[in-house]
Amino acid sequence: MIEITDLYKRFGKVKVLDGVSLEINGGGVFAVLGPNGSGKTTLIKSILGMVIPQAGAIHVNEQHVKGQWQYREDINYLPQIARFPENLSVKELIGMIKNLRGKKANDDALIELFGLEEFMDKKLGNLSGGTKQKVNLVLTFMFDCPLLILDEPTTGLDPVSLIHLKELIQKEKEAGKTILITTHIMDFVDSMADEIVFLLEGNIYFKGTVAELKKKSSKNELEHAIATILTEQND
Amino acid sequence: MNIIIVLTPMIGTIFGVMYFYSSREFTELLLAQPIRRTTIFLGQYLGVALSLTMSLVLGLGIPFLIYGIAQSSEIWNFGLLLLSGAFLTFIFVAVAANIALMHENKIKGFGYAIFIWLFMAVIYDGLFLISLVVFEDYPLDKFSLFATMFNPIDLSRILILLKLDISALLGYTGAIFQKFFGTNTGMFASIGVLLVWCGIPVFFIKRISEKKDF
Repeated sequence: MIEITDLYKRFGKVKVLDGVSLEINGGGVFAVLGPNGSGKTTLIKSILGMVIPQAGAIHVNEQHVKGQWQYREDINYLPQIARFPENLSVKELIGMIKNLRGKKANDDALIELFGLEEFMDKKLGNLSGGTKQKVNLVLTFMFDCPLLILDEPTTGLDPVSLIHLKELIQKEKEAGKTILITTHIMDFVDSMADEIVFLLEGNIYFKGTVAELKKKSSKNELEHAIATILTEQND
Repeated sequence: MNIIIVLTPMIGTIFGVMYFYSSREFTELLLAQPIRRTTIFLGQYLGVALSLTMSLVLGLGIPFLIYGIAQSSEIWNFGLLLLSGAFLTFIFVAVAANIALMHENKIKGFGYAIFIWLFMAVIYDGLFLISLVVFEDYPLDKFSLFATMFNPIDLSRILILLKLDISALLGYTGAIFQKFFGTNTGMFASIGVLLVWCGIPVFFIKRISEKKDF
């Protein structure tokens, strides 16, 4: 599905990705974890072609992504910070993206699920952070694509929406889709993720299941297991 | 006339920079969709440039039409004025887009954009005049012809000046200019140069946008 080989990326003098190789095959939830600034978002943006790496290759569905755009038809992406053109209303934005993709969308069900009906005619600039994130989620989940990339999907969501989000992800997982998530909320990872990719200083430090990570650090809770890895690194 | 020649580039530059900075969120949204990068950026460029050109052409055209320009013999000169205004808009929006894409820092971007406008509209002329005074012992007609070509604002200004038959005021150099710009060849050559002036920054928009990280 996604195959990354020897990916290097630096922003000026800061090395963000330092030879990352990663293969993600088959359906399931893959959690990309790591401390702040470990290159999670850069990795995801490279897959989407928004960040252009200095060296290395990325293949999505056996297709080299460099300079390509058609492969993004199969990807739904949820950006980390919900930033939208402020002068559009929610309805216009959803309409525009639907028009762009030209695919069947089940936006109505999602709007109802997140209770966005009353915001449909409001401008995006006037919405609160959490509501913007809900709009973001609607835009991401409304198309039926085999690959979902979610960059910190939980930011700003209330508990009810969080439960809805988990249900949505569960449903997509059962449909056999590949879901890539970055997050800092370990409960979320513990309950959702099939496999963990742990990034540290631009490299993959660990790849495996949650159980394997716990075993490796001999801790029972994921949060502690991660903390152990991080403090060991600092020593 | 001078208002158009000096103000259109300024409006183009400032609107262009403003637009490209404020549409950044929109660009990020589009970049994650299955659209080619070049399409996004050239689309944005054409959107700004075309709407500014429309406002110039309609904003000037309608009042002059009411005033009765269509019946007068000045219609062609007026058309040329609008045409060069349109060219200037396209050129300076493209330059502004380049600046906005190259600099993340908005203040820096605005600064460079305003400087480029000021340079082209005022400083260039000053340097040009100084060089004419300093080298007045040499034949300068070829030099001034070329120097004009390197500044789209000057080029449009002279193109229009000569159409208005004021060139007699310019003496010998004016005659050379008249000989060059007054003919059809000169006219097409200058429009060709203006086209090149559009093409180069647009090409750079394409190149920068393909390499930029978001």
